[in-house]
Amino acid sequence: MVEERYIFEIKDFSIYYGDFMAVKNITLNIESNKITAIIGPSGCGKSTLLRSLNRMNDLIIISHVEGHVLYRGTDIYQHDTDVIELRKRVGMVFQKPNPFPSSVYENVAYGPRIRGIKKKFQLDEIVENALVRADLWKEVKDKLNESGMSLSGGQMQRLCIARSLAQEPEVLLFDEPTSALDPISTANIENLLQELQKTVTIVIVTHNMQQAARISNCTAFMYLGEMVEFGLTDNIFVNPQNKLTEEYITGRFG
Amino acid sequence: MTQGTEGMQKAFHLTRKKRFNLKQGFFLSLIRTFGFAGAITLFIILFFVAYNGISVLSWEFITQSPTEGMTKGGILPVIVGTILLTILCMIAVIPVGVITAIFLSEYSRPGLVLNIVMMSIYTLSGVPSVVFGLFGLAVLVVAFKLGMSLLAGALTLAIMVLPYIISTSEEAIKAVPFSFKEASLACGATKWQTIRKVVLPTAMPGILTGAILGTAKVSGETAPIMFTAAAFFTPGVPKSLFEPIMALPYHIYVLATAGTHIEETRPIQYGTALTLIVLVLGMNLLGIILRSRQRKKRAW
Repeated sequence: MVEERYIFEIKDFSIYYGDFMAVKNITLNIESNKITAIIGPSGCGKSTLLRSLNRMNDLIIISHVEGHVLYRGTDIYQHDTDVIELRKRVGMVFQKPNPFPSSVYENVAYGPRIRGIKKKFQLDEIVENALVRADLWKEVKDKLNESGMSLSGGQMQRLCIARSLAQEPEVLLFDEPTSALDPISTANIENLLQELQKTVTIVIVTHNMQQAARISNCTAFMYLGEMVEFGLTDNIFVNPQNKLTEEYITGRFG
Repeated sequence: MTQGTEGMQKAFHLTRKKRFNLKQGFFLSLIRTFGFAGAITLFIILFFVAYNGISVLSWEFITQSPTEGMTKGGILPVIVGTILLTILCMIAVIPVGVITAIFLSEYSRPGLVLNIVMMSIYTLSGVPSVVFGLFGLAVLVVAFKLGMSLLAGALTLAIMVLPYIISTSEEAIKAVPFSFKEASLACGATKWQTIRKVVLPTAMPGILTGAILGTAKVSGETAPIMFTAAAFFTPGVPKSLFEPIMALPYHIYVLATAGTHIEETRPIQYGTALTLIVLVLGMNLLGIILRSRQRKKRAW
């Protein structure tokens, strides 16, 4: 089989919170090893859509879905889907850095440990690798035993990225990862994402249009639960086809 | 500042004082008095017991067994009995309480089952202590054939404190930020792994504080151990879980009502009461220190 071009194929996909349709009939293909940005005003359903890709929406009891999300050709909304395995392969980084109240080391070792890796040298290697990939190793290598919560906001967010990377995920979902960070930490994270893109597919939800323009290959614009426009980032920002998209990216509403 | 404004300020002070309202003042002091009533009562009790009991407190008093029909000697087996009861009670109640709290906060769905469980817990917390004593007698001592024993008493106390432990554990578990659970699940952890590795360790200081404060409260109870564990007299400290024990609250009761030398044992009664109060206050203090340390440490 040839290398698949699309890692996620979303087909006629809708998400409901009770009677409220938060995401409406979306069809979207996400390419492997690219950065795909989802932009749109608050409440347009972009986070909801993102969280459906590794089924984090399952945590909200009243949500249900229609349509299909294929991950590497397999529908992840079948009743026998192994959600645990899915979330291992499709990691997630949240808006607010949320390290566990334990040491830097234990934070990164969390995933491997729950998968039964016990040997110290194996864990050491995984932790170091993940921290190096998250561009945090140099800053924390002498304080691996300090609390993850003692780090700065930007470091905490990179720790959370390292925690996800320790699972060797194929996809990383980012839910507005820099909205709680200062500009310098934001720039660090953006550089990091572009570095990670070589090995991991990235889907990022962002409020920040400049961010989407800077780092993404493809951009999806959502409005009121619908996909308004999807295409190469350069096309979307330079030559938007839809009037709404144009108004949003030029800052006329949002 | 000019002379004029200074003068005005002085005048202002005077008018404020004059405005002192008799009625308002009266009610204010009334409220203050009632506000302090609890503290005053506590201090009167503490002072009264300490004043009468301090004279018998000595190293011998807490390291020797009673002698000569309890008119002489110390109360070592009594102290050991209460401490053992308390520890066993905690060992028994924490697992049950925490598992129930996990069920209530993480697994239960709103509905009939949850309502029944909650209702039972509320009702259980309102049952008088002597009923727990009789329950312990009928079920643990007689039906389960534990006899009058340390174990039966500790389990009776555990049942009595269970509602409190459940509700404090539930609060501690619910106080764990949702973002921690989210992070764990996003790492591909199962719900149970998340509870075991993230939720419980984070909630543990809160759970322990609740357990200590709750158990301290029941460690001074007389009625629940009266029919299940406490004996008038045992020779020395208990050597197994299935022996009856002496315990501080019951010992006070015994000395005050059933002794034949009430006058001679009176100082010992006060000494025992003082020991019990110190023990319970010590446990409360431990719980409070634990709670404040955990609040300071909390970074979320």
